[in-house]
Amino acid sequence: MSQKIAPQPNPISQHYFQCAKEGKLCLQQCLTCHRHQFYPRSLCSHCGEQALQWAEASGLGRIATFTIVRRGISAAYSTPYVVALVDLDEGPRMMTQIYTEDETLLVIGLPVHVAFEPWSDNYLLPVFKPVHEFGES
Amino acid sequence: MSLGVAITGFGESDLGVVPNQSPMELTVAAIQQALVNTRTSRGAIDTLITCNSLVQPIMYHAEATAEYMGLTPRHCITVGTGGGTTYSALRQAAAYIREGMSQTVVFVMADSMRSFITRERAMVIQASAGHATFEQPYGPTVPAYYALIAQAHMARFGTTEAQFAEAMVSSRAWAALNPRAQYQERVTVSDVLASKPIADPLKMLDCSIVSDGGAAIILTSSERAKDLCDLPIELLGFGEGCAYEHISQAQDLTTSAAVISGQKALAQAGLTPKDIHLAQLYDCFSPALLIQLEDLGFCEKGGGGELLKSGATRPGGSLPVNTHGGMLSHCHPGNPGAIFGLTEAIRQLRGDADQRQLKEVQHVLLHAQGGIMSSHATLIAGVEA
Repeated sequence: MSQKIAPQPNPISQHYFQCAKEGKLCLQQCLTCHRHQFYPRSLCSHCGEQALQWAEASGLGRIATFTIVRRGISAAYSTPYVVALVDLDEGPRMMTQIYTEDETLLVIGLPVHVAFEPWSDNYLLPVFKPVHEFGES
Repeated sequence: MSLGVAITGFGESDLGVVPNQSPMELTVAAIQQALVNTRTSRGAIDTLITCNSLVQPIMYHAEATAEYMGLTPRHCITVGTGGGTTYSALRQAAAYIREGMSQTVVFVMADSMRSFITRERAMVIQASAGHATFEQPYGPTVPAYYALIAQAHMARFGTTEAQFAEAMVSSRAWAALNPRAQYQERVTVSDVLASKPIADPLKMLDCSIVSDGGAAIILTSSERAKDLCDLPIELLGFGEGCAYEHISQAQDLTTSAAVISGQKALAQAGLTPKDIHLAQLYDCFSPALLIQLEDLGFCEKGGGGELLKSGATRPGGSLPVNTHGGMLSHCHPGNPGAIFGLTEAIRQLRGDADQRQLKEVQHVLLHAQGGIMSSHATLIAGVEA
């Protein structure tokens, strides 16, 4: 059985995955323009300044778009699975998977909440669940 | 108004399923055919521009191609903007000529996505379309990226799955007239909707085909071209645009940098979308084609579905699109996909398109994109009235 694709963190993004292991979704925030960014970088992609800090995000967001994948990328990904872009309440957009009891109820704009799922190589990855399902499982 | 650079001719390798030629042999076959078609001597090539093979990448691709053929061009350069390479590279070719560095440029692209790819390599190529750390682990496939765009377009503009399906219906209506097309059987909207689900809302027949093949284009100054061929194809305008690389970084999922690219190219040519007789667009997936129709100004934003449904892009329609069949039906060997949009445009402009020949064709808009609707390149080409 093949493994799911593992992230390849660099010295900057390592911290993001360390936070995920602790059940926290952490974003970089610019100390100059105060905006958040995703993915982690060595500079602020909004204003170009280099002073950044890590800040824990609320874990809340909305589905910007999604697709139910019927033909998966490898045997490690059992179909169907939902790949989505989520707009975080802090501003940035990220790719993720949506874990849900009922894919037919998914719509763009649906409020979602972060959860952490075991992936390959001992990583925990942020996924999202519809807010109305959160805490049920 | 010409930019002072013209295409004298082209060559194509065998297309479709070509198991007996590797990507390098297809590359060379396309160049050889172009030299024969244009009666150009091989020693005349002073610039060789290539695009690397995805299937069998070579570190110094252009140099290796020249070496294989026993040529020593002054300039060898390998260009890569993914699927957009065709028109980004032609712009480089035009610059070599306009700046007086080169008299005869050969630009070639070929690959063997159908016959020379291994399962492992296919996985690597497919996965590498996404960000290694922040996208790939979630398991998006290439169709899934375009499905994300399609879903957003449906939510925002009310576009339907049946409207996306019209892309393949139009493509096959043209391909049925093209003996070189890999798939020539006509399909209906119902056929597309009933094809195998891939990534909602996209089905198998919303996706481009997988092929082997390549083509080479020969360029020189407009002045020289007059003596070298009967009907030079003049380059009239170029535009490029880039909004992001990874889809998760796109600020706008339904409008692409094709807007910028198209406007620049048309402005340089001194034309508007109404002046275009043929549009050769990048139909890797149905939503990409639909959004390009909007972003390049052929209809208002959100009107792409209606335009496709109207039949305007099909034979006999008011805006013929991809008269060779495009990448949905004709030939799609990976990055070289768009180059056949250009070879078909040359046929159309010269009256060589047989059953597909348009009555009036003077100005063609050609567009290609790389990434997930990330980087865009547009060319306006035409012939003197």
